[in-house]
Amino acid sequence: MIRVVRRRLAVAVPVLFATSIGMFLLGAASPIDPAMQYAGAAAFSMSEENLQQIRDNWGVDDPLPVQYLRWLGNLVQGDLGWSTSRHQAVTEVIADRAGWTLLLIGITLAVVLTGSLLAGTLAAHRRGGLFDRGVRAAAYAVESMPVFWLALGAIAVFALALGWFPAGGLTGVRATSTSFPDVAHHLVLPVTVLAISQAPWFVLFVRDAVAESLREDHVLAARARGLAGRTVLFGHALRTALLPFLTLVGTHLPELVGGSVLVETVFSLPGLGAVSVQAALGGDFPLLAAITLVTTAVVLTANLLTDLAYTAADPRVRIDG
Amino acid sequence: MLRLLGTVAVILLALTACSVPAGTGSTSAGRTFVVATSGEPDTLNPILGYGSDGASLIFDGLVARDAGNTLVPALAAELPAVSADGRTVTAKLRTGATFHDGRPLTAADVVFTYTAVLDPAVDSTLRSDLDMLTAVTAPDPSTVVFTLKYAYAPFLQRLTLGIVPAAALRDQDVNRAAFNRAPIGTGPYRVTSWTPGDRLVLAANESWWGGRPANSGVIVAFVADDNGRAQRARAGEFDAVELAPRLATAFPGFSVHKVPTADYRGVMLPMNHPVTGDAAIRRALDAAVDRQAMVTGVLGGAGDPAYGPVPPTSPFHVTTEPAPVDLDAAGWIAGTDGIRVRNGQRAAFALMYPATDSLRKELALAVTADARKAGIEIRPEGLTWEAIEPRMGDDALIMGWGTPYDPDFLSYKLFGSRFAGQGFFNPGGYRSAVVDRALQAGRDDADPEKRKAAYATFQRQLATDAPWVFLTYLQHTYVVRDDVAGVTPRVEAHEHDVANSLWWNIHTWTRR
Repeated sequence: MIRVVRRRLAVAVPVLFATSIGMFLLGAASPIDPAMQYAGAAAFSMSEENLQQIRDNWGVDDPLPVQYLRWLGNLVQGDLGWSTSRHQAVTEVIADRAGWTLLLIGITLAVVLTGSLLAGTLAAHRRGGLFDRGVRAAAYAVESMPVFWLALGAIAVFALALGWFPAGGLTGVRATSTSFPDVAHHLVLPVTVLAISQAPWFVLFVRDAVAESLREDHVLAARARGLAGRTVLFGHALRTALLPFLTLVGTHLPELVGGSVLVETVFSLPGLGAVSVQAALGGDFPLLAAITLVTTAVVLTANLLTDLAYTAADPRVRIDG
Repeated sequence: MLRLLGTVAVILLALTACSVPAGTGSTSAGRTFVVATSGEPDTLNPILGYGSDGASLIFDGLVARDAGNTLVPALAAELPAVSADGRTVTAKLRTGATFHDGRPLTAADVVFTYTAVLDPAVDSTLRSDLDMLTAVTAPDPSTVVFTLKYAYAPFLQRLTLGIVPAAALRDQDVNRAAFNRAPIGTGPYRVTSWTPGDRLVLAANESWWGGRPANSGVIVAFVADDNGRAQRARAGEFDAVELAPRLATAFPGFSVHKVPTADYRGVMLPMNHPVTGDAAIRRALDAAVDRQAMVTGVLGGAGDPAYGPVPPTSPFHVTTEPAPVDLDAAGWIAGTDGIRVRNGQRAAFALMYPATDSLRKELALAVTADARKAGIEIRPEGLTWEAIEPRMGDDALIMGWGTPYDPDFLSYKLFGSRFAGQGFFNPGGYRSAVVDRALQAGRDDADPEKRKAAYATFQRQLATDAPWVFLTYLQHTYVVRDDVAGVTPRVEAHEHDVANSLWWNIHTWTRR
């Protein structure tokens, strides 16, 4: 086990290197001028000399290898650089915002997993029944709705028409502190919307996998032994179906992150989503590179955890790193 | 597994159940105003460009602007004095003004602020606005002297820049100072907290030199998404909110304020294009566009027709009206498809617009349709700024600018022949000796009547040459709660966020 982790780490380092070099090459190919983006509307009334002074201060016109080595040198010392779009140290930007994004994604993931396992299993239990047909129809319908549209619809119904939940923000706009009930109340709609938008894949997958395993020999044998229907369904059929589900969760994580960007924007949550978009449009490569590196690291870790969970769940599986 | 699922479900239920709507009816909330905008500043440091036109709530300049955009003294005791040759400007400071940390304001703070803007190591976007400034000195603690390279009539208009305390920034890297996020000013409000992407909380400065603000604080909510802002406004979260015209509709308890601006949109026509280089075509186009239809159709009524770069609300404005042009007489004869041709040259050209700007796109399409009726064919092209920039000298472009404060500010660079082909200044290469002389006279001579005459000449010559077809002035639209008293709209510039929006005078706002 330790050997696996160590070997994965050895692979992760070159992957992170390659990602960061790729980021810099993309940045060099991009026509966006960070100084003009920084100046905003003032860029149109500023002299070229003024803009050039700013570029010189930042060193963005230096040759690419120079910029890359400078960035790498600072990274080794724990300095991720200066975000030109946010006027703040990159570490500060990420520290301020990553927590909220992780919270949103974490809760959503928990909701999606619980909901889809329950709904999928029940749908498979009575295939072709009313619930099954309802779940499938809903899944296809939701899959075809853009997440921002769902979000705006949810605001129109639950925030405006019914007034149950706030329409956006992290806390009440007049709140003097960040209290747990206030944040929880504000997160209900975003989490629900994000969970619903991500659920179809998982629900349909669980439904098919459970339906498949219901026909397998060991399930039929369990049933033949006279075990209770619920024990057979959750204890035998669902359990067999869980293994490939783990892989699905691992591979679907990036899509969840993508959805969270849109949800954060519509609900004006101060997470990483909005700043990533701003960094990309503003040619802010220090921030973009840091966010990409962090995301890459998260995905690599998630893959490792998935594999480890796999070995734990199925003794037949052994990984050689 | 099942037990785990059960636990998660219980926690989620608990999260939902313990949610109590945040109360807004308490008395302390009643004395705080909540405003919302999409424009979140990157920094709150005036040196780096925050609130350079004043009304920044946190800072004061030497001068400020009143409801009619007329200069009034602020940190200066009276309007600064300009020497006879126009190259020395002396400001006497007000006594008794202090920063939020209690330190008194001195001339050294003013000198530090302006010197920092001029320092090339500082990433300030305001440096080119202060091109004319050579030195700032403080002969005594209550006097500041500005020395200019050349006489610059509207120099006092540049003194609205907020003054920062030298003690808080001296010997620091201004670009990265902690001050930029937690600033100290002299203004009517001090910063309590700023959560980027969420909100800026300001508390009244009880010892403001201008008198105690009429309310206890302001919260500026940053909601970048237009629809999100509109929906939260409808949920009643804000006292005043800036919204796009199509989203700004009145609802119970709230009404719409349409505020005129100096922000115009127009078609820049390049001089060395075989079609737009011809003055008859340009004038015909100027007469052919239906500006009122654009205001009604494209802007949803939130705008005014534009005929020149000096807005009708400016004291320098003169009325010009495009006259119909006989294109047949100019040699442009309609072909079989209705498009005019002269010496084998079809009256056709490309019109670029930034693809992400839906307003400019719709204006481009409206111009295209109007031009067609006059026998001129336009091909609209939506592009990125990076693709537009290298083509600006050869192809027409929908551009937008505008400042209400002085006609010199943008027009000098936009229409002066010295700036032909320099980036976004005069990209079409317009050259007119009359315009050059008028713009220079308006800048050199401090006498208001002579300036008015100079800018009248400038506007008339521009209407004759039509290097641009001006289309519309925009209006900014806000939705405001009906119980707010003290809202005084004034003509706005293009940029309006925390500073310089409808809430420029929020320190006087109260509830009815």
